[in-house]
Amino acid sequence: MSELHLLSTQQLIMGLQDKQFSSLELTEHYIKRIDALDSKINSFITHTSETARAQAQAADEMRAQGDKRRLLGVPMAHKDIFCTQGVLTTCGSKMLHNFVSPYNATIVSNIDKAGMISLGKLNMDEFAMGSDNSSSYYGTVQNPWDLERVPGGSSGGSAAAVAAGFIPVATGSDTGGSIRQPASFCGLTGIKPTYGRVSRFGMIAYASSLDQAGSMGRSAKDCAYLLQPMIGHDPRDATSIKHDMPDYVQDLNDAEAAAGDKPFDGLRIGVAKEYFSKGLDAEVEQSVRAALKKYEELGATIVEVNITDPDITLATYYMLAPAEASSNLSRFDGVRFGYRCENPTDLIDLYTRSRSEGFGPEVQRRILTGTYALSAGYFDAYYTKAQKIRRLIVKDFEDAFANCDVIASPTAPTAAYKLAEDLDPATMYLGDVYTIAVNLAGLPALSQPVGLTSEGLPVGLQLIGQYWQESKLLATAHLFQQHTDHHLQHSTIAKETV
Amino acid sequence: MNTATTTDNNAVRKHAVRKELFVDGYEVVIGIEIHCQLNTESKIFSSAPTDFGHEPNSQASIVDLGLPGVLPVLNAGVVDRALKFGIGVNAELGLFNTFDRKNYFYPDLPKGYQITQMANPIVGEGYIDVIVNEGEKNEYPKRMGITRAHLEEDAGKSVHDAVDGMTGVDLNRAGTPLIEIVSEPDMRSAHEALAYIKAIHQLVTWLGISDAVMAEGSFRCDCNVSVRKPGAELGTRTELKNLNSFRFIERAINREIERQIDIIEDGGKVIQATMLYDPERDETRTMRTKEDANDYRYFPDPDLLPVRIEQHTVDSIKAAMPELPVARRARFEEALGLSEYDARILTGSRQLADYFEDVVAEVGQQDAKMAANWVMGDLLGALNKDDKDIIDSPISAKQLAGMLERIKDDTLSGKLAKKVFSALYEREGGNDDDAADKIIEEKGLKQETDTGAIKAIVEEVIAKNQPMVEEYRGGKEKAFNGLVGQVMKASRGSANPQQVNQILKELLG
Repeated sequence: MSELHLLSTQQLIMGLQDKQFSSLELTEHYIKRIDALDSKINSFITHTSETARAQAQAADEMRAQGDKRRLLGVPMAHKDIFCTQGVLTTCGSKMLHNFVSPYNATIVSNIDKAGMISLGKLNMDEFAMGSDNSSSYYGTVQNPWDLERVPGGSSGGSAAAVAAGFIPVATGSDTGGSIRQPASFCGLTGIKPTYGRVSRFGMIAYASSLDQAGSMGRSAKDCAYLLQPMIGHDPRDATSIKHDMPDYVQDLNDAEAAAGDKPFDGLRIGVAKEYFSKGLDAEVEQSVRAALKKYEELGATIVEVNITDPDITLATYYMLAPAEASSNLSRFDGVRFGYRCENPTDLIDLYTRSRSEGFGPEVQRRILTGTYALSAGYFDAYYTKAQKIRRLIVKDFEDAFANCDVIASPTAPTAAYKLAEDLDPATMYLGDVYTIAVNLAGLPALSQPVGLTSEGLPVGLQLIGQYWQESKLLATAHLFQQHTDHHLQHSTIAKETV
Repeated sequence: MNTATTTDNNAVRKHAVRKELFVDGYEVVIGIEIHCQLNTESKIFSSAPTDFGHEPNSQASIVDLGLPGVLPVLNAGVVDRALKFGIGVNAELGLFNTFDRKNYFYPDLPKGYQITQMANPIVGEGYIDVIVNEGEKNEYPKRMGITRAHLEEDAGKSVHDAVDGMTGVDLNRAGTPLIEIVSEPDMRSAHEALAYIKAIHQLVTWLGISDAVMAEGSFRCDCNVSVRKPGAELGTRTELKNLNSFRFIERAINREIERQIDIIEDGGKVIQATMLYDPERDETRTMRTKEDANDYRYFPDPDLLPVRIEQHTVDSIKAAMPELPVARRARFEEALGLSEYDARILTGSRQLADYFEDVVAEVGQQDAKMAANWVMGDLLGALNKDDKDIIDSPISAKQLAGMLERIKDDTLSGKLAKKVFSALYEREGGNDDDAADKIIEEKGLKQETDTGAIKAIVEEVIAKNQPMVEEYRGGKEKAFNGLVGQVMKASRGSANPQQVNQILKELLG
């Protein structure tokens, strides 16, 4: 049974269907691993082992009675940004250290309805602000490939837990690369769907116009399995869009069946020189170039495209995201829920101390940046200007997609780095340089592993698709994964048996 | 249908300078913001109910509480209502309108921002025609400009007396839909301000988009007041906040005018400030000055998409608009021949006008005056006495019309009709349309018009009242009335008075 956690989601589903193991056995296997090993990487904030056992038992009974839901009894866990009824939802912050949500996020309900088993809530950068998980009130997460290194952020707990073999798949959220960058650092596949594809209701907002939930797993197909119950129009989210409802897993099966020796015949992959710029680690570039070569061997054509200068994109993002965040985080004021300072002397004292004590430095930094950007006299110079650039970014992508089907780039300029106490925030922000344009444009994108550095650290390749083309993106990764084994490499922790 | 609120004869030049309104040589300038609650069943961004007067925090959903992760979804009902208002004030409609966040910290503002419309409001520039000092000798018409009207959510309220030494927060009102109506600074006196506010109040209730109950806070006014020497630049204004009765509005404005003039006359300067009116001491007090003003950091709400309104939506709302008060009043005067006074009273509210028209539809336009007299006189009199509205009338329009028919066909005399009316009002005739007939039948209130029967009664009365007959014949005209009274009494009020007069005269010679 020790190898259960190395199986793909599809293998788990087949094992459950063929009664090779029960959902309860599977769940116990993961719980045992988490109990034994999570102290090394700190990926969970909250464990829900007891309810998970009960859910698993119920799932086994339902399956015995003929319940055919394909994800029935498959374990997973949620990034702690999603509200879960009756379960602590902290968003990685002291501000919500005591917040038990009275309701479920839409995706939480949907995943419940699909019959999946939730093992708990995963660590993350505080309010999803960060690129290395160092801003979590619950402590940084260690990278399961190398415990001295960061897992990436903000979905670092999700990435680490999957890479450690604690769960097969996990939810994440991506505002500027928060699914793709930790997927890259932890050797996983992670997808950020089209903005509006997945409901944001119940996902604690960082920057509303950029946030989008997605899935993380060890392969494109694993991602497809978990993404399926997450998508769909939600009347409780005005920015959720009614669109066709593809079956991602079926689409991958169909693509696989149709693929010959050259599965990417006719596929034009856009490559932008702006995404191979200064600051890109040589080993990362090498793995990414090798992956592109493999795509060519498998039939794809590489075409050159132009993308907005990443430096401008980065500046735009770090103007707009904090602006929205400064407003979104106003509700955390110590009045109705969450952290409240001791013995406030008056109302202003209640506000200022609750917020000063409840929010960590990265969150405070972004609130202040955003407040400044929105304030009278600076609004036009910063916020309005950034919105104009955002439209130009959208336009640049439109032009690029006139000449290609997907755009490929490194996911992050480096592999996972060591946690540095004195890391300059601006340097950390550079880690998002290739991922954030996607959020500004609302496009879907994924990251998949394409190799290891000489130090044995995973490297990610980002694939950016056109609106609503998650299936195409997943297929572009899946068919690659059919011909390569990068996604089958296991982290140090995953290799440990308990 | 013509939806304009105006006819040409009362459209007047804007900013007409009326020297008689000057106070101690100062011209008064007033602009008004009205917060009017729209009467949707659920809140503007959540499905929680909007009813007034429930247990604190019993009408607030997770969205109204601003819990982490929740999102607003616009209630389509508020858009229709705002468009109706825009059409009602002849405004340019914001066919592309957007929501913004107004950021500030206050315990009763759960999200730390209020969702409102700053950049692209749903209603643009418009106007409303009003009559100032209506019904008085010095009444005059005036057109008041409306700058804009926009949708927004209400905040909750802080409760200072419920828990000892603590302040509680009640979020039942949070998320209640409001339309904020901003006027041009066109008002030149408290009376003009009052006329404008009353006209807007009448319009929103007439359109059925708001209950506009001032006592419940569903219609609140802020008045911006400044004074200047004629021809000078606008003076520094102060804002009188949350005035919630017509009476207080007038008094508060006048106190504020006096206060500002006193300051200037004493050589001081008016400071821009938010003021509160204390009705008990009849004075205005400074609440906060511009120095403590917030920077609201408005920006487009990323959780709400822009609202795009199609022309056909506007067209169908226009087609369904009720005839507005000014137009209806003109029609009552012209088509039904009512006096200006009657038409004004009967268009006081849409329900009253509808009631009256329902009565007229039954009795016919030629008897509109009679219908008007009964509705305005007896019915409104009785309702006023009971502190009731026309919608609470115990007599339906059809029942009242049924009674009027019996007056027309001489079944009822005026006196008998009053008895029937009282019985109808006490609901003695039940619910049926022919309640009046039932009452007439049961109480035997039919007017006696049989000449023979009346003659018999008259003869009997003459026989029994010989002294009075003698008095009359002796030249005392008053005795005749006494005899008429005796006949009416003997007939228990049912004899037709004209016939009694005539027969009595004949028999007395």
